[in-house]
Amino acid sequence: MIPAGFEYHRPTDVASAVAILGRHGDEARVLAGGHSLIPMMKLRMAAPAHLVDLRGIAELGRIEIGDDAVVIGAMVAQHDLIAHEGLAQALPIIREAALQIADPQVRSMGTIGGNLANGDPGNDMPGLMQCLDARFALVGPGGEREVAAREFYESAYFTAREDDEILTRVIVPRPPAGAGWAYEKIKRKIGDYATAAAAVMLGEGFASVAMTNLADTPVWCEAAGRALAAGDVEGCVAAMLEAIDPAEDNRGPVAFKKHAAAAALRRAIARAQARRA
Amino acid sequence: MSKMHVKLKVNGRQVEGLAEPRMLLVHFLREELGITGPHIGCETSHCGACTVDMDGRSVKSCTVFVAQANGAEIVTVEGLTNPDGSLGVIQEKFREHHGLQCGFCTPGMITRAHRLLQENPNPTEEEVRFGIAGNLCRCTGYQNIVKAIMAAAAELNAAKEAAQ
Amino acid sequence: MTDQTMTPEERAASLEGMGCRRKRVEDVRFTQGKGNYVDDVKLPGMLFGAFVRSPYAHARVKSIDAEAAKALPGVVAVLTAADLAPLGLHWMPTLAGDKQMVLADGKVLFQGQEVAFVVAEDRYLAADAVELVEVEYEELPVVTDPFKALEPDAPVLREDIKDQKEGAHGPRRHHNHIFTWEQGDRDATEKVLAEADVTVEEMIHYHRTHPCPLETCGCVASMDKATGKLTVWGTFQAPHAIRTVVSLISGIAEHNIRIISPDIGGGFGNKVGAYPGYVCSVVASIVTGRPVKWIENRMENLMSTAFARDYWMKGRIAATKDGRITGLWCHVTADHGGFDACADPTKFPAGFFNICTGSYDIPTAYLCVDGVYTNKAPGGVAYRCSFRVTEAAYFIERMVELLAIELNMDAAELRRINFIRKEQFPYASALGWEYDSGDYHTAWDKALKAVDYEGLRREQARRIEDFKAGRTRKLLGIGLSHFTEIVGAGPVKNCDILGLGMFDSCEIRIHPTGSAIARLGTISQGQGHATTFAQILASELGIPASDITVEEGDTDTAPYGLGTYGSRSTPVAGAATAMAARKIRAKAQMIAAWLLEVHDDDLEWDVDRFVVKGAPERFKTMKEIAFAAYNQAIPGLEPGLEAVSYYDPPNMTYPFGAYVCVMEIDVDTGEWKVRQFYALDDCGTRINPMIIEGQVHGGLTEALAIAMGQEIAYDEMGNVKTGTLMDFFIPTAWETPNYVTDHTVTPSPHHPIGAKGVGESPNVGGVPAFSNAVHDAFRAFGLRQAHMPHDHWRIWRIAENLGLHG
Repeated sequence: MIPAGFEYHRPTDVASAVAILGRHGDEARVLAGGHSLIPMMKLRMAAPAHLVDLRGIAELGRIEIGDDAVVIGAMVAQHDLIAHEGLAQALPIIREAALQIADPQVRSMGTIGGNLANGDPGNDMPGLMQCLDARFALVGPGGEREVAAREFYESAYFTAREDDEILTRVIVPRPPAGAGWAYEKIKRKIGDYATAAAAVMLGEGFASVAMTNLADTPVWCEAAGRALAAGDVEGCVAAMLEAIDPAEDNRGPVAFKKHAAAAALRRAIARAQARRA
Repeated sequence: MSKMHVKLKVNGRQVEGLAEPRMLLVHFLREELGITGPHIGCETSHCGACTVDMDGRSVKSCTVFVAQANGAEIVTVEGLTNPDGSLGVIQEKFREHHGLQCGFCTPGMITRAHRLLQENPNPTEEEVRFGIAGNLCRCTGYQNIVKAIMAAAAELNAAKEAAQ
Repeated sequence: MTDQTMTPEERAASLEGMGCRRKRVEDVRFTQGKGNYVDDVKLPGMLFGAFVRSPYAHARVKSIDAEAAKALPGVVAVLTAADLAPLGLHWMPTLAGDKQMVLADGKVLFQGQEVAFVVAEDRYLAADAVELVEVEYEELPVVTDPFKALEPDAPVLREDIKDQKEGAHGPRRHHNHIFTWEQGDRDATEKVLAEADVTVEEMIHYHRTHPCPLETCGCVASMDKATGKLTVWGTFQAPHAIRTVVSLISGIAEHNIRIISPDIGGGFGNKVGAYPGYVCSVVASIVTGRPVKWIENRMENLMSTAFARDYWMKGRIAATKDGRITGLWCHVTADHGGFDACADPTKFPAGFFNICTGSYDIPTAYLCVDGVYTNKAPGGVAYRCSFRVTEAAYFIERMVELLAIELNMDAAELRRINFIRKEQFPYASALGWEYDSGDYHTAWDKALKAVDYEGLRREQARRIEDFKAGRTRKLLGIGLSHFTEIVGAGPVKNCDILGLGMFDSCEIRIHPTGSAIARLGTISQGQGHATTFAQILASELGIPASDITVEEGDTDTAPYGLGTYGSRSTPVAGAATAMAARKIRAKAQMIAAWLLEVHDDDLEWDVDRFVVKGAPERFKTMKEIAFAAYNQAIPGLEPGLEAVSYYDPPNMTYPFGAYVCVMEIDVDTGEWKVRQFYALDDCGTRINPMIIEGQVHGGLTEALAIAMGQEIAYDEMGNVKTGTLMDFFIPTAWETPNYVTDHTVTPSPHHPIGAKGVGESPNVGGVPAFSNAVHDAFRAFGLRQAHMPHDHWRIWRIAENLGLHG
């Protein structure tokens, strides 16, 4: 499995990266950790002529813990998310989810930005960020704009990001004190995508619920959150089952996936409730 | 495609070479530098036979372009042998506890174990199993690998204590 | 302490002979990354070959346009069937008496089939060139179901033999039929079934899977035009057989071919066969005059080389109402893919599947196997088992469980009352084997006691109550398995591969200073031969194991042997090692007698020396004798101390074991967890317990993978759905349990050291133990049979079908 050739660029600031992308149009792709793109290139299902590696842009590697929100640079690796004590204090659900992504080596390279921007319905971070109501900063030739995670995903591998834009930062609002949280992932083995995964946050009078790999985008379900906020667990599950639209694959047929989705969601809710202060 | 100038530090030694950016790090190490410890097992970042240490982190060198690694510091299993040529502690414990059979996964497994014990010098069995879950072995069933890593942790910790 | 003051026990211990947990000599290299695997072989001027493969499972190849590929700088050649045809190499013989296309000759029969071979300066250029070869296909109807393949109007797959009524194994009754193989007494079995108190009938599928060693297959072929000598390094489990095959199909004289198996990164049967890559590499090296390397990638490995299993086994079992099994009937529909490339001894087209009466004294049995062509990859190798023995063990261990359900009996007790009794050995089975030795009851009782079987059953009963009362969603399965293996192929009178008798060999040279080198016809792929064969020699010759080099895998130096698979190394080459050592000892005795000026008969062997009977202070050590062999003129004796043995085993060996698996199963998600696994193995004499335990851990983990998810799955179009390690299930350390190993020792009476072989037992016995655990969890709710693999969704489906989801 050998990728086709390409020109390699390693800019040191975002503006240069955007400029290179602009110069080469759809011939160019952004390279973050590469753990989705490189396998695709090795299978020759992707053959960009230019790769714009973001690893030289120091500002994209930062995590800032603010009073109201946490800002995570796009090149922060899953490994960094797990290791960061401040983040674990502010948003422990991120560590819990990151630990369930792939394996240690992949987490060394795989980044939050790549995980979010690729638009792969199997990725864990998009559903989590929808649950947390995060916003993504996108920088393009026209400057910076923000898009809500809940509005970012259009269909599998299609997102609100334009080809000449770079997802640079993730802004995650801090949940109210005492909120319960859980990320629950059912998978065949370590290294696999989710058969079904659920992100749950809940607290006094609110709840937010999103699921992964059960449709061609992550599924954040407002009705499910509303039901859960009212204490109606089964209503929450029922609403979510209405919202998801899983496809049959090697992980199983649709009916199984719905059943597994319900199980994952119930487990996540139970753990989140137990963690609620 | 044009080649680029690549500079790396590998097992403590500065190396340079010309390579296409698309060359995978594992091929650069194996073909250009003759460092054949890292092996190629699955090519899709699942098996971990190609695991090396890159800037203090375990990575799968079959899924890293040499261009990405440019400027990095790499440690392979060859770099874990003692300077006098004797086996390093983890290598010795793998031998002592029969933590390998065909030997193909072993370089990646030992390199990963090395980093795991840097990250967590005192792991539980569960933490070892979770920590090496990116490395597949078809021969051993992992049981003796886990035993070897636990034994290595104990010996490294004892040595650390003695030194203090 | 000198050897004057050491006791015989101390001297024996210092040798690190049989029974010692000797550390492996291989590991000093392997742990430092200093192994030498085929992809580590690098020769000056070496080229790299890569295949263009078919995206279709069944298609006519209308045209191949390689011009653009050839025009790419760095591309040296592109080979197609048209280039190989003049050499007669566009097809090659298979191990099963069929033939297989080396490169697509007019059509393709499975997805991933080799169509063209690109040779370039390096692997990057070769991969680029593969993309540039344009192949025009015309799709043909695809058959992936072996039952549909036998329907009258099924598409003709093998047009080359469609009118051939006679195959390598007798008559063919349909254009997609390969052979029918019958064993046992059909009429008598039908009669027993008709008259039985109780019968059970069931279809049991052992799905298609793949050995998937971590190192894929590959080779480096180097034709030296100056000397006319061809050297091939490769992942060969049987290097000598490969040499003979290469000679026969290429016309190169056998003495001009040197096959070298370097270190092999796991084999498990994948590396027994001969693949188109080997042939193309050899041809390309001859054509270009340069060494050519070919290394499969993982997808190619899973798609094209050496699948295993794919047996549809219809069974009928008969018993008295108190549980005595009276008869067994089995019909197998064997899916062989597009070419019959099974790796079995010639006279056994379904391998040793006729061991399917298992550990039980079944007086009457009948077996019929039909081999069928489909649009799937060829292979049919013994994936960590002796030929088709895993299928047989799974079949009988499921049939016994089904019978227990029918009789409403405990499955452990049903086994106990049907085991072949100790005093019945050697035991002649109804399907034609003579089991050498066994003590099944002792092993079984030890296993059940070790796990507190009664306690487990009580816990299971409580769990079922809790489940029914809504207090848990998890069930508990207790998986039992008692297996009998048949390994060590095999006696030349009935076992051969391509006409080569399945003996094996060992050649020993004792050096003047008392150290030694032994060379064998086998080849280690992780089993630790360099360690364990030295232990056999240490015990037989009184030379410390650390003073003995063991070498394998180079046909220019090793004696002819049939290689390593089917757990045959210890039973056959291990025996050859002991026999060669005994020849050396016989000569050593004569030398010692001359040195001590006594008659041969006045000497006795004592660990590492010959001692004059009744005069323990008068002796000659093996070390002294070795030196004398090279510096004394001994009347009537040639100088030197060497021996070679070619060992033709009188019988197979029959290792056995008793396994218990305890598994937790979530009925909603199908998630499972192995809570406990106890494995008792009886492999006869134990050479290195550490290595035996390691083999058991590994074999059980491969069994876990197979039972719980690992498969080569196809869609209706013949597309492989499980072509990468994302979907082809190999458990990580996280999903793999700890195993408890145990043993009994029932030596083989016909083997020189009583050893039976162990490498494959855990896979043979493990698969039924895991699968039976899944079945057992649902037994109380009415489950009879659910096909493997038991991945999450299929377990969920069991629960769904039983109405357990409310």
